[in-house]
Amino acid sequence: MNQDQPESSIVVCPDGPLIVRGDFEIVTPSGDPVPRERKTVALCRCGASAIKPYCDGTHKMIKFRTEPPAS
Amino acid sequence: MHIPEPRGPISSALFELLAGEPGNAGDSLAGLHRLVTTRLAGIQEIIGDDDAQLTLFCLYELHYSGLDGVKDEWEWEPGLIQVRQLLEKPFEAALRAAAKEAMGDVDLPARDGLTSDAVADVLFGLAGRDTGPSVSRYVAKKASLDQLKEFLIHKSVYQLKEADPHTWAIPRLAGRAKAALVEIQADEYGGGRPDRMHSALFARTMRGLGLDDQYGAYVNAVPAVSLASVNLMSLCGLNRRLRGAITGHLAIYEMTSSQPNRFYGNGFRRHGFDAGVTHYFDEHVEADAVHEQIAGRDLAGGLVEAEPALLDDVLFGATAVMAVDAQLSAHLLDSWENGRSSLRAAVAAAA
Repeated sequence: MNQDQPESSIVVCPDGPLIVRGDFEIVTPSGDPVPRERKTVALCRCGASAIKPYCDGTHKMIKFRTEPPAS
Repeated sequence: MHIPEPRGPISSALFELLAGEPGNAGDSLAGLHRLVTTRLAGIQEIIGDDDAQLTLFCLYELHYSGLDGVKDEWEWEPGLIQVRQLLEKPFEAALRAAAKEAMGDVDLPARDGLTSDAVADVLFGLAGRDTGPSVSRYVAKKASLDQLKEFLIHKSVYQLKEADPHTWAIPRLAGRAKAALVEIQADEYGGGRPDRMHSALFARTMRGLGLDDQYGAYVNAVPAVSLASVNLMSLCGLNRRLRGAITGHLAIYEMTSSQPNRFYGNGFRRHGFDAGVTHYFDEHVEADAVHEQIAGRDLAGGLVEAEPALLDDVLFGATAVMAVDAQLSAHLLDSWENGRSSLRAAVAAAA
């Protein structure tokens, strides 16, 4: 782990969501806060979540892959 | 919690002993020790043995919130710890055998320099391959109101103290794994808001169905395997040597949670229950999609990076929970699909 961690970080989970940790806001395009229940959140990256912008684990059902298939 | 009804000679003898004073119970303790030794020799399937599982459950309970009318000093009575270890040994052996079977012939990556992401991959692979019978689909589509209540009653034995067994592991971990566990547990405990604690959300769901939300209220109603699923967590949480197993347990628990909880919520919505009742399930859809990443990569994965020798125990915890949960699921579906209660016959009517 890096000794000098920034205040906030986004963890890019292989085949999964973006884990956002630290001091940040999630807002709509007009700047209104998006309801948020927890400090650290998982943001949907596969597009299939039923609770966007948050992840609900659906990426596992649709076999979402973040790396292009090896050729 | 209230002392439950005994389920055989061991639990009977234990409750008799606990009614007395710790410190000068040498003879009774020695008697219990002998009795447990004798009885264990005749128990074939300890995971499904009512007397053994209830006795273990109550022995562990001394380390949680205690038993009504039982002196707190019993918790560290050496003779009683010995009795617990007598039971834990064959229980752990049975769990290891069941876990090995659940593991099957999974492909493990090379052990040298296993990264945290590789550990998470293995765990996600195990969780994804869990093809046991689906209680969540049954709850979503078919369960009657009485079956929904039974479902909550089985879960209540753990969910009213949700997260507590894994908390034992915090001081046994360090660095990245410890920070990960604390982050997950803080969320489980409501992020500082008592009404958001997952155990409190579950209590609210129980009240919504007219059930008693007092911790342990339904211990008498649930079969051995429901108690065994909680005893597995207490075993791995309370024994530092099993710290790898408790992290693997939590990782699989979180990885097999988001989608089932959506289905559970749908089952309660199907019966017309409002968001107050389904909040517990809705919360877990979102929370566990966060927790599964942290538990797989930073907790279990981070622990294996720091202590590579713990990989086998991580996998033991992961596959043990799959094995015990599969037994419980099979019991629920077998009961419900044949029009029977899944609760113990003597108390099903009262619940």
